[in-house]
Amino acid sequence: MTASRRVVLDRIRAALAAAPADAVQVPRDYDRTPAAGPGDADRFADAVCEYRAQVHRVGTDELAATILRLLPPGARVVVPADLPADWVGGLRVVADSAENPLSSAELDRADAVVTGCALGIAATGTIVLDAGAAQGRRALTLVPDHHVCVVFTDQIVDTVPQAFAALDPLLPLTFISGPSATSDIELDRVEGVHGPRTLDVLLVRR
Amino acid sequence: MTTFLGTPGFGNLRGDEPFPVAARRELRNAQMRRNVAHATRTIRAKRLVAVAECADWEELRAAGSALKRDVLARLPELLEELEANVVARGGMVHWARDAAEANQIVTDLVRAAGADEVVKVKSMATQEIGLNEHLAAQGIAAIETDLAELIVQLDNDTPSHILVPAIHRNRAEIREIFTREMPDAGDLTDEPQVLAMAARAHLRRKFLSAKVAVSGANFGIAETGTLAVVESEGNGRMCLTLPDTLITVMGIEKVVPRFADLEVFMQLLPRSSTAERMNPYTSMWTGVHPGDGPQQFHLVLLDNGRTAVLGDPAGRAALHCIRCSACLNVCPVYERTGGHAYGSVYPGPIGAILSPQLTGTRGHGDPNASLPYASSLCGACFDACPVRIDIPAILVHLRAAQVDAGHSRGQDLAMRAAAWAMRSPRRFALAERLLGAGRFFAGSDHRITALPWPGSRWTASRDVPEPPAETFRQWWARTHGGQARP
Repeated sequence: MTASRRVVLDRIRAALAAAPADAVQVPRDYDRTPAAGPGDADRFADAVCEYRAQVHRVGTDELAATILRLLPPGARVVVPADLPADWVGGLRVVADSAENPLSSAELDRADAVVTGCALGIAATGTIVLDAGAAQGRRALTLVPDHHVCVVFTDQIVDTVPQAFAALDPLLPLTFISGPSATSDIELDRVEGVHGPRTLDVLLVRR
Repeated sequence: MTTFLGTPGFGNLRGDEPFPVAARRELRNAQMRRNVAHATRTIRAKRLVAVAECADWEELRAAGSALKRDVLARLPELLEELEANVVARGGMVHWARDAAEANQIVTDLVRAAGADEVVKVKSMATQEIGLNEHLAAQGIAAIETDLAELIVQLDNDTPSHILVPAIHRNRAEIREIFTREMPDAGDLTDEPQVLAMAARAHLRRKFLSAKVAVSGANFGIAETGTLAVVESEGNGRMCLTLPDTLITVMGIEKVVPRFADLEVFMQLLPRSSTAERMNPYTSMWTGVHPGDGPQQFHLVLLDNGRTAVLGDPAGRAALHCIRCSACLNVCPVYERTGGHAYGSVYPGPIGAILSPQLTGTRGHGDPNASLPYASSLCGACFDACPVRIDIPAILVHLRAAQVDAGHSRGQDLAMRAAAWAMRSPRRFALAERLLGAGRFFAGSDHRITALPWPGSRWTASRDVPEPPAETFRQWWARTHGGQARP
C-alpha cells in the first residue's frame, strides 16, 4: 500500500515535471459580498416552497402550536435531546442523544422528527444542519418520513458563499433543499424517495 | 452480471467495438432514441433557466476552471495534505494504482468488516473500476441504491449517462423491469412517483441493516480532510450515515484545496447537472464523527490512468470534469446514439476525451481510438461546461495525435492524392472534371449519400454536397475569357 502511494505520487510528479503547469491565480470576481445583517427571508421562503416543501411563517409565540398542528394526534415524534422543550409542548416525544442513541429500527418507527438548523440560504432555499444545537446526529433527520425544521429569520444568509464562510467544515454537514427527490425517470423531478418525504419548514421571525 | 467486457487493469473504460459500428446499431433503436431525445430536451431547457438566474455565472465558471487548474498544478501536495487530515480525524487512506488494486483494497476492507453485502451510493469511480462485478466474483453482493443505478442493475443493463444511468429507459420500460425483478412490489403504474415509492420500499430494509457502504466523492477538501457527496434521493445520506463502515473511492483529481472553494462548485454543479438551484441533499464529513455516522472510514485514492492524462498538457483539462453531464445533454451526437455507443462508462463529449486518454490507445483498431471522432465539433459542450473544459480543442488534439502516430491510413492516402493533384494546374483541372462526374450520384436534394468504394468510406457516415455544374475555372473562362489576369 505504501508502495502504491509512492508510485502514484511519483507518477504525478513525473507528469508535472515533464510538462510543468503554471501557477494559477483564481479569479474571485463572482458574487462574494459578505453577509450584512440577516438574509432575505421572503426569498428563502419562496425558494423552499418551489421544492414543494411547506413553509409556515410564524412568530416565536406560535411555534409550539404550529408544530402541534402539523403532526397527527398520537404521532411518534423523535427529537434531539437538546431541543428546547417549549417547541414541542403538548407532544409526547422521544429524545435521541449520543449517550442514548435510538436504533435505526426505532427511528424507522417514528412518524416525525423536529429539529432546528445551523443556517438557511435564501438564494437556493437550502437548510444546512451541522449536528449543532437542536439538530442531533445525522440519522435523526434522515430515517423518519416527516421532518419539521425550525429556521429563525436571523439564521438566513443570502448567498452560497456567505453560507460557506459561516460553516465549520469539521462538523458533519447536511445540505437539505426540499424533500428527497429524484430526476432519474426521464430527467423529470419527482419528490419523495429515501429521505423524508415531507419537509415542513417553520420560518420564525427573530 | 453485466455485458461490459472492460479492459484488463482499467475496468469499464473501453467497449469492444469502434464507435461508428456501435453507433450504427444503437441508431436503429428507435425507442432509445425517443427516450434520450425527450430527456435531454427536457433538461436542456431547464438548465438554461437555472443558469440564467445567476448574474455571475461566467465569473463562477472562470473561477471553477482556475481552481481545477490550480489543483492539477499542486496535485502531489494537495493529496498529501488531504491524506494527513483524513488520518488526523480518524480515517484511513489507501492508494490504488489501477482498477484491479482498488477493487482488491475494497474487497479486503469489506471482508475485514465481516460483511458479504454492501450498499452503494452512485459513483462513477466504482463504475469505472468495475467494482460490482469484482465483488460479485468474490461472493460479495453490491446493492446499488440510486434509482437509476438500481434500474440498470435489476435489468442486467449498463449505464448510458453519467448522471442518469437509465436515461435510455422510459417510465413504461422501468415499470416492466420493476414488475419483473421486484415481485413484492405489487401492482405498479408507470407514474414516476409510484415507481420511486417501489424503490423506497425495496431498499428500506437494506439501508437499515447494512454494515458496509461504498461511495464515491464529488470533492475532497485538502485543508480539512472533508469529503462531499452531492445527491438527490437520500440514498446517499442513508449509505453515508447508517452503516458502521464507509469506504469511499475517489479519483485523485477530485481534491479541492480549501473548504471555501466549494462555494464555487456547489453553485456550478447542481445547476449544470439537474438544473436545480441546489440538489436536495449534500453530505460532508471529515474522518470519523464520534457517535454520528460510520465509525470506520476508509478513503481509497484512485489513479487508474489519471496520471497519464496529467502528462499531456494539451489534454489534461479533461481531469477538470466535475461529472455534471451537461455536455452529454447538449451534444447532438449523444442525443442520437445514446451512451452505450461510447463503450466506456464515460459517454458523450467528456467521455470522448477522457476514455481514450485514461486507457491510452493501441493503434487504429482500438475502440477508444474512434471516440475523438464521435463529434461534429459544434462546440455546444464547451459552452455548457461549468468548468470551461475546451472539449472541441482536446478532440482535435487527440485526432492530430493519432494522425501523427500514423493511425489513419485511409485519410493519409486521400490527402496524399489531393496533394499530388493540386501540385499541377493541369492535374487539378483534370481532377475537377472527374469530380464533376460525381453529379451522377447526387439525389434530388443535391447531396451524395452513397459512393462506390473507396468513396463509400466517406459516405458511410457523411453526405457529400453535389459538385457544382460549373467549376470556378470554367466560370472564369466563360465570363472573363481571353482577358489578362488582374
